[in-house]
Amino acid sequence: MAEMWIHMGPQHPMTHGLWNLRIKVDGETITDAEPELGYLHRSVEKIGERRKYFMNTTLTDRLCYASAMTWTHCYCLTAEELMGVEVPPRAKYIRTVVLELQRIASHLMWLASYLPDLGLITGFLYGMRDREMFLNLLEIPSGGRLLYNYVKIGGVKRDLPPGFDAKAERVMQTLERRLKEYEDLYDNSKIFRMRTDDVGCYSASDAINWGITGPNLRSAGVPFDLRQADSYDAYPELDFTPVTTSAGNGRSDCFSRYRQRIDEMYQSMDLVRQALVKMPEGKVMAGSVPVRARGEAFRRTEDSRGEALMYLIGDGTDRPYRWKIRSPMFTTVSAAPHFLKGYKVADVPAIMGSIDMCIGETDK
Amino acid sequence: MSRQQVHGNPRLRKGLGSRTSDSATVMEDPPSGDWLTLRSDQFLKWVDEAVYNVAEKTGIRDVVNRVTRPIFNWGLRYSPWPLHFGIMCCALEMGAAGGPDHDTERMGVVYRSSPRQCDVLIVNGPVCEKLRPKLKTLYEQMADPKWVIAMGECAIGGGPYWDSYSVVAGADTFIPVDVYIPGCPVRPEALMHGFLTLQKKIREQEPGYFLRR
Repeated sequence: MAEMWIHMGPQHPMTHGLWNLRIKVDGETITDAEPELGYLHRSVEKIGERRKYFMNTTLTDRLCYASAMTWTHCYCLTAEELMGVEVPPRAKYIRTVVLELQRIASHLMWLASYLPDLGLITGFLYGMRDREMFLNLLEIPSGGRLLYNYVKIGGVKRDLPPGFDAKAERVMQTLERRLKEYEDLYDNSKIFRMRTDDVGCYSASDAINWGITGPNLRSAGVPFDLRQADSYDAYPELDFTPVTTSAGNGRSDCFSRYRQRIDEMYQSMDLVRQALVKMPEGKVMAGSVPVRARGEAFRRTEDSRGEALMYLIGDGTDRPYRWKIRSPMFTTVSAAPHFLKGYKVADVPAIMGSIDMCIGETDK
Repeated sequence: MSRQQVHGNPRLRKGLGSRTSDSATVMEDPPSGDWLTLRSDQFLKWVDEAVYNVAEKTGIRDVVNRVTRPIFNWGLRYSPWPLHFGIMCCALEMGAAGGPDHDTERMGVVYRSSPRQCDVLIVNGPVCEKLRPKLKTLYEQMADPKWVIAMGECAIGGGPYWDSYSVVAGADTFIPVDVYIPGCPVRPEALMHGFLTLQKKIREQEPGYFLRR
């Protein structure tokens, strides 16, 4: 049969952002695919060179709006290494708490956007309802609902208010109860299983070769987590092992990626509890933070979507000379043609939704 | 089936209209009055002659509009269907506004994925140079009457990316904007207030004619 190209985007309910997926179909079967990016290129790296170091947290918040805290944290870690700032231990624990809360909020956002794609509108309503609880929780110390600007170079903006741990505990107990409900609802849903089992498969070795990181890699059974492999903040003092799932034979399919994120939410709640218990007293901001910096620094953190990496060069002024951002989704979406081939057109929302796209950090 | 076979059949060729590339036979205009066989532009011309001019001359137009306008305006006001189109952070707040906590569906705001079915275009993020022609196309694909909401600082004037080389300085530089909602990002409550403002504007603009002009 004749082959033809179909554009899915930039305005398409599948895209979850602003990008264009061009797929080549032979009948209903996908023979080739080509992601097209750049609709949201805001030149963050370039305009970041005109801002002072501490002003750039505004831009990093808006890099990935579903997971603002983790990106600002990655930038602050890099800038601290560049300036040689030592963060107080209490600030490290507070950072760990808010990072894990942000990870849960981000995964719930993914759940709320993925399930309607597969015909479960209930998933949107339930996911958004639970996400609101975590946004309200993060609003308590930071004052922001979606973009927080909470993590600063040298610590965090302000201390956690008294009673925060009780509120967090209540919210997490609610989520735990509801997650069990969701597992009953989705794991046993025949439609959901038919659309996700053995769809969008890739093997662990392929995922490593393509540069896929984060939950998408761990869902193939690779226990690689930067929170342990290249640890930062309070993670070395917490007790955890990376969560992995697999679709068997070291493969990852849409269902294992779904399970991976649900399991990571449980793990994040465990980490929040541990960090709240072990949290020491003290200051939350370093005594003095220099304005100027010289040298280069490079840090990577475990973002909600994979490995976030930042690289800063300072030339002795109060603004960065060069600022490089490596986004996890950019490499994952580049590998999309490999795991789209051979499946049907109707599987595209299931596959592309399962990798948790975020265009803000991809296009920068 | 090859292209030649399709175009070789005279019945099929007539159905395809004047878009056939080979101009061996040009489609003739159907006789006037036979409105079932009219092309769309010919149909509009026929409607102009047969309905609007007559209605205007006899004064029926004003009478009909006076009766139907409140009803149509009420319908427009309480069903501003926005396009399901997310650009950046404010798109998440748009989703949160449509979620269970702030249920905008009770105000008639139902998100649709096709621009043909929509009345409101929400520009919820920075418009980059690459996106501008696509957004303009989306706006033009929407059927009249239509409104535009500029949601957030980026859509109003560039926001934090005001000095970027790739971001357009506001959505109103290329499409007319009706409601501006400040905020970075806009909270769901502010978006709901924006929709209420839009309803007020629709009431004052008084669109909703049964017979146009």
